[in-house]
Amino acid sequence: MLHEITFTVNGDPYTLAVRSEHTLLKVLREKLGLTGTKIGCENGECGACTVLLDGEPVNSCLILAVEAAGHKIETVEGMSIGGELHPLQKAFIKHNAVQCGFCTPGMLLSAQSLLARNPKPTELEVREALAGNLCRCTGYVRIVDAVLDVSQEVE
Amino acid sequence: MIEQTNNPVGKSVPRVDAFDKVTGAAKYVDDMQFGPGLYYGKFVHSPYAHALIKGVDVSKALALPGVKAVVTGADTPGRIGLYMKDRYIYARDRVRYVGEPVAGVVAITEELAEEAVKLVVVEYEELEPVFDPYEAVQPGAPLIHPDMAEYKWPNFIFPEPGTNISEHFKLRKGDVEAAWPKCAVIVEQTFRLPHIQHVPLETHVAIARWDQTGEVTLWSPSQSPFSQRDLLAQSLDISHGDMRVISPYVGGGFGGKAGISIEANVVVMARAVKGHPVKVRMTREEEFTCTNVRQSLNAHTKIGCDAEGHVLAMETRYYFGGGAANDYGVNIARASGYSCTGPYPIPNVKGDSYCVYTNTPIGSAMRGFGMPEIHWGIEQIMDRLAEEIGMDPAEFRRINCVKTGDTILTGMKMPAVDLVACIDKATEAIGWDKEKKASAPHKRRGQGLAIMWKAPAMPPNPGSSAIVRFNEDATLNVYVGAQELGQGAFTVAAQMAAQALGIPYEWVRVSANPVDTKYSPYEWQTVASRITWSMGNAVKAAALNARRQILEIVAQYWDEDLENLDIKNGIVISYKSEREQPLKNMVVYGLPNDNFEGWQGGPIVGAGKFMPTYVTNLDSETGQGARAVVHYTVGAQAVDLEVDIETGQVDILKIASAYDVGKAINPDLVLTQIEGGAVHGMSSAFEGMFFDEQGRLRNPSLVDYKIATAMDAPREIHGDIVETPLEDGPWGARGVGEHVMVQTAPAIANALHDALGVRFNDLPLSSEKIYLALREREAGGE
Repeated sequence: MLHEITFTVNGDPYTLAVRSEHTLLKVLREKLGLTGTKIGCENGECGACTVLLDGEPVNSCLILAVEAAGHKIETVEGMSIGGELHPLQKAFIKHNAVQCGFCTPGMLLSAQSLLARNPKPTELEVREALAGNLCRCTGYVRIVDAVLDVSQEVE
Repeated sequence: MIEQTNNPVGKSVPRVDAFDKVTGAAKYVDDMQFGPGLYYGKFVHSPYAHALIKGVDVSKALALPGVKAVVTGADTPGRIGLYMKDRYIYARDRVRYVGEPVAGVVAITEELAEEAVKLVVVEYEELEPVFDPYEAVQPGAPLIHPDMAEYKWPNFIFPEPGTNISEHFKLRKGDVEAAWPKCAVIVEQTFRLPHIQHVPLETHVAIARWDQTGEVTLWSPSQSPFSQRDLLAQSLDISHGDMRVISPYVGGGFGGKAGISIEANVVVMARAVKGHPVKVRMTREEEFTCTNVRQSLNAHTKIGCDAEGHVLAMETRYYFGGGAANDYGVNIARASGYSCTGPYPIPNVKGDSYCVYTNTPIGSAMRGFGMPEIHWGIEQIMDRLAEEIGMDPAEFRRINCVKTGDTILTGMKMPAVDLVACIDKATEAIGWDKEKKASAPHKRRGQGLAIMWKAPAMPPNPGSSAIVRFNEDATLNVYVGAQELGQGAFTVAAQMAAQALGIPYEWVRVSANPVDTKYSPYEWQTVASRITWSMGNAVKAAALNARRQILEIVAQYWDEDLENLDIKNGIVISYKSEREQPLKNMVVYGLPNDNFEGWQGGPIVGAGKFMPTYVTNLDSETGQGARAVVHYTVGAQAVDLEVDIETGQVDILKIASAYDVGKAINPDLVLTQIEGGAVHGMSSAFEGMFFDEQGRLRNPSLVDYKIATAMDAPREIHGDIVETPLEDGPWGARGVGEHVMVQTAPAIANALHDALGVRFNDLPLSSEKIYLALREREAGGE
């Protein structure tokens, strides 16, 4: 069954017809072409599909598109609108926190949400906030360094 | 261009792929758009580990509206495989593991394809399965490949048709029987490692289109676009010129996307619906059951040393559980045979390394390629020997480890490396001699050390090629067929091209994404930690070729000797006349004669290649030969950990690593490999795939198959780089991508022994296992 939903994605309003069973992940990728949000497990276990829903990190594979109606969604594509990189994106580049890059969008959004609610996290708090975002390449150390680097700048 | 990095080799310049990856702009296969003509494919998987196929009825599936085709083994009579051609694309006469593709359904939507899969009726006759490689080599074990004698394999693989052995590598050096009596201490143990999985964040996905014209295109995240093209062309009777593989960024490879997995299945689906692209993406569950896994291993190893600690003899049998097809795995067993001693030039060796068919998912390349598996046992025995003769395990390794010029087990002379320096750095960084206290009364602290070696394991002649092409403003496009898996291949390609040409790093653009076999220069595979070395040599050759073209033009133009000219910071200079000629414009338009009476030069395009030409065959009975491999990379790792004796939980506090990379082209990227590898290696010590008695995987999800998270990874990961130049490496460089996880598990095991006084011969190191071992020791009254 089709539902018409209206929601905000990266600041822009969208009205779309979506099927009941389609996830937010599927709609973002296939209807809006926002392929920066990745499919890793479709089970809420890896964090590759993390987006922000009203500022909170969620696994977009576990949210039905209809549940996003009336909410604000942010994806990685929204972090650098206007061509200027977000401080976290700059820090990920500076610290070589990127390898294969598949977990990177989800990591960035989890980190962005953390810093929004806790601008000066401890290392442990960063690690806890990123524990739902799996990475097989980096060993996490550079990612944690990058987030802490940005948190220092917040002062 | 504000920043200019001249002479970038050896500098930690930023990655060329990072901007794309932090903005979400980086395209992976699943992100590519194909429009409404795209069809979707799903597999019918075998529910049995071992069974005969008595019949496949696809009529009900085909009758479902929206289903476009169903393909089966009847459509795929040819066998496929990288080293051992032992696999049908879709199962034909029998199935050999739970999850094996028996049929492929193509439909207009993913949902319809899923529905149609349930309508395919397959009739099976169950056969007795065998899962353990040691059991599978015993007389009377169920035969998994009765037709093995018909298969094709290269001349360096030695299968034993009529058994389950797909490869038997023999190493014979010295006289072990005569050496045992001279040993003061002998340790003999059996070690077991379960199957583990690569767990790339991006699962396998493939899209294929078979055009009416006969051109076939495959989009896949691949470490091996050219090898996939070769295998598909051979097995499906397509000209290499008509078979095209396009591979954008790979979302994690670790060997799992090397060789071929589901890609041929999707190409066969596409053949059935010509003109339409067909897409298949593995679910996370399918990624575990139906793509590649690391082979299991049973190792029976005996090593002895004299009273002064000199290792005198080793006898070992490695039985790799290769799974249902050993197309890639045979070479893992071979590599584990010719490197079976680990990094020790032991004078008397008897080694037998077997790859064995088992009714489990297909074992294939995984980071380390046999070396993590064999070092698990070797490095624990070395610790036991040191303990028995009362020597510090670090000192024991310094005395015994391989050194430059040693004659190693195959008779080859060891190329220049400095493993002792690696041991020194890793032990210093971990604080080897310092006593450390546990953080609580119910915790115990321990330190462990392990060392490693690994050679690129590949055919004797894998080639690389590269092209460089100038633009009007003297920016340079570098074309390579090597793949960017996250290891930084594109970045080091840019650095080496800039260095060899004499232009700033910022002028280089890497034109390799996607790798496209129609346009990219040939690269054998992005595996074996061979790219910095092999691709690097090709890039350097291409850049030097372009450089020479430029200098010849300018030498003639200035009427000077070539030898007096150089390119520095993007300007041709003469050391004799001190004239200067910027590269801008001249590298495309050439240079005008006086009064514009004619022109000289033209667009500069440089080409280069590299292929090792010196690797020799090894004797089939002894494994002896002049040059078994191109080179070895060596390294040491030390672990500091704490274990909770009430729960068995292990907390890795610090991992310190040192590797001899010859020359760090980009030191910070080397360190990111070392750090990521340490956590991958740590994680692997706690991972395992568990099968029930029917061969069904019990933990095919990231909840039940856990990989290390940001909370599990140690806070402190220290890396040190040793640089002993490799003779034929670009600027002396050799690979390090896989080595960084080879010995982490035994280093942890050695640290656990230091903490608890208990040895663990079998992986994984689950908390339960550690807890039970401690309780058992208590019950034993020790």
